[in-house]
Amino acid sequence: MLRKKECVAMLLAGGQGSRLYALTNNIAKPAVAFGAKYRIIDFPLSNCINSGIDTVGVLTQYEPLELNEYIGNGQPWDLDRAFGGVHILSPYQAKKKQSWFEGTANAIYQNMHFMQKYNPDYILILSGDHIYKMNYAEMLRAHKETGADCTIAAIEVPLKEASRFGILNTNPDGSIYQFEEKPKQPKSNLASMGIYIFTAEKLFKYLEQDDANPDSSKDFGKDVLPAMLNAGEKMFSYRFRGYWKDVGTISSLWESNMDLLGSDPNFDVSDGDWKIHSRNPLAPPEYIGSAADVENSMIALGCEIEGTVKNSVLASNVVVEEGAVVRDAVVMSGCVIKTGAVVEYSILDENVVVEGGASVGESKDAGAGIAVLGRNITIAAGAKVKGGAILDKDYRGE
Amino acid sequence: MAHSTVGVIFSNIHDENIPELSRHRTMASVPFGGRYRLIDFALSNMVNSGITTVGIVTKNNYQSLIDHLGSGKEWDLARKDGGIILLPPYSDDTDKPYTTRLEALMGITGFLTHRSEDYVVISDCDGIAHMDLSDIVRYHEENHADITMVYHEETEPCESSYFITLQPDETGRITGLKINPTNLKRGKKYNLYVNVMVMSREFLINTIQSAVTRGFSSFGRDILTKNVDTLKIYGYAFRGYYAGVNSMEDYYAHSMELLRRDVRDELFGNRDIYTKVRDSAPSKYLDGAYVRNSLISDGCVIEGTVENCILFRGVKVGKGSVVKNSIIMQDSVIGDSVNLDCVITDKNVVVRDRRTLAGCAELPYFISKGRML
Repeated sequence: MLRKKECVAMLLAGGQGSRLYALTNNIAKPAVAFGAKYRIIDFPLSNCINSGIDTVGVLTQYEPLELNEYIGNGQPWDLDRAFGGVHILSPYQAKKKQSWFEGTANAIYQNMHFMQKYNPDYILILSGDHIYKMNYAEMLRAHKETGADCTIAAIEVPLKEASRFGILNTNPDGSIYQFEEKPKQPKSNLASMGIYIFTAEKLFKYLEQDDANPDSSKDFGKDVLPAMLNAGEKMFSYRFRGYWKDVGTISSLWESNMDLLGSDPNFDVSDGDWKIHSRNPLAPPEYIGSAADVENSMIALGCEIEGTVKNSVLASNVVVEEGAVVRDAVVMSGCVIKTGAVVEYSILDENVVVEGGASVGESKDAGAGIAVLGRNITIAAGAKVKGGAILDKDYRGE
Repeated sequence: MAHSTVGVIFSNIHDENIPELSRHRTMASVPFGGRYRLIDFALSNMVNSGITTVGIVTKNNYQSLIDHLGSGKEWDLARKDGGIILLPPYSDDTDKPYTTRLEALMGITGFLTHRSEDYVVISDCDGIAHMDLSDIVRYHEENHADITMVYHEETEPCESSYFITLQPDETGRITGLKINPTNLKRGKKYNLYVNVMVMSREFLINTIQSAVTRGFSSFGRDILTKNVDTLKIYGYAFRGYYAGVNSMEDYYAHSMELLRRDVRDELFGNRDIYTKVRDSAPSKYLDGAYVRNSLISDGCVIEGTVENCILFRGVKVGKGSVVKNSIIMQDSVIGDSVNLDCVITDKNVVVRDRRTLAGCAELPYFISKGRML
């Protein structure tokens, strides 16, 4: 019997995430840390395995090293499989031509042989820049029920923000009659989440067509989806009603981290029925010291907290010394906040050292924005980093 | 390390030291330090010393141990050659499973003969220490010893029902060896054997075989004490932090020692202690949380007061509750307005709202697995 997988997932993880500035200097956006122990890519990967999809191609291009190392053989997500599992798909040289991935559609097209190896009936296209929990199996069931050639997951967004998204204009039965990429005057507020299920043979057909079209920008939203719609293929929307956040900007990344806090959080990562798997830090339990004051925060293993931590998310092995204050901040692993230092309304990438008496950022209410410190930098004793500042080098003050 | 070494861990010996915690599990799988089991320390010492094959001798109640170890991948011991090898007790129609260490060793001769390593490190699971075993094997080699026994200087009498003290001469050679001596007094120094031993594999196999033919049954009495003059038995003085779990009181006291920075630095500072991971979310501190001098593991949700405590994974502490000087194991739920002082709860205990329970440091109040109060 021919071995096959009903559905193969292709995860677009090549994005640079340039709006995350210093946080993506050396890593791809999907590898950005989130929620004290996760990375963005943990969410689509966990969604896959929790939905019963165990074959995932991860398409990388920009700064793939750390992402590749993180995914490894896929074991933390139970994606180390004899047949299937997670595979990193990098741009490659072929006999006829060599090329970087030109657009989202081209990236998938160049890896057609990977998908075909599994003889799939359906292809699920995902992106690596969103925080959400979604059962793709339900979306696949809807795709089969409607008999669609392509199903696009969609979520309602505030109308004033709709022009930032690909907008779906649908009939009452959910079928799509128009697809508008970032329209100036949106007709609806139903936004594409960048999650597509295609009937495999249709996808392959349209990717071939798109590749042969010299005028195409090789993009799903701009080229492939409109081409399918124009040709009269059956396209349906699939309404998603849960939490979904594009963490492509500093403020949305910060907000999404804050959404984890509280007894009834906007987004719950401790749901036993939908575990978010990740590579776990090897660290002892966190130690909260005798002078510490920790409230409304999430703290990962290996932290040593002697100071004050409020409304913050601290990843593994962060040290907050006595007399230091961390407020409204996202602090990634290995950072050290020394005595008397104050960190407010900021995002600190890995291994940042804030020396004694230094201050980073300004109060959330000051209106100066979120301060961002890139990884491995040191803020000198007594130095003041202004609110909204973005630094990727050591800073000694002005 | 230059020489090759295979590890053997006894998972059940000393179960009787803390019957409350080992009733349903092996000593090896007794939870410790928030997210570990006792075996994690012995096993991590072996892995961090370059040992890639570890035989684990079991006897009874080892389901929780098997569950914890899995394929061994968390310890990087899922190997084609070697890795973790479980050694369940051997018995047939006429023999009962082993009752002594020597009988257990007789039962694993097959394992030992099929290995090719030069040395064997034998370790129990009753001790918590960061020990570089390659140093000890090197010491054994340099002394051309038959047996090297690791000891730690103690000043408190040992509460274990079976223990050995050593008297080394100035060269380190053991000239006196006592089983369960009764003259130990508080404040008086003595050298406690910490149940870690090195032998060459060949010596161990020969010793076991001759013990079988002579009908010996006790490694301590029939091999060590009888031959202290003829065999070259050396003592290796381990001078780091060592915590032996010989009683519930010990268990409680050593758990609380983890709240000291020097102890944490020594145990966790420069190397990794491996353990099974659970993919729990990071712990959450809610409004109203007041946490002081405590170790908190992943998956905890804290809304009340927690002082001088060890919280294992997935523990919940409700609003208005005050938990002090306590050890709360995995997935236990402390309701609202509960007062606990010097309490040890095993896994999955539920303490309902407004309950008050207290023990004392010498006799912590113990709540067994799954109880609901």
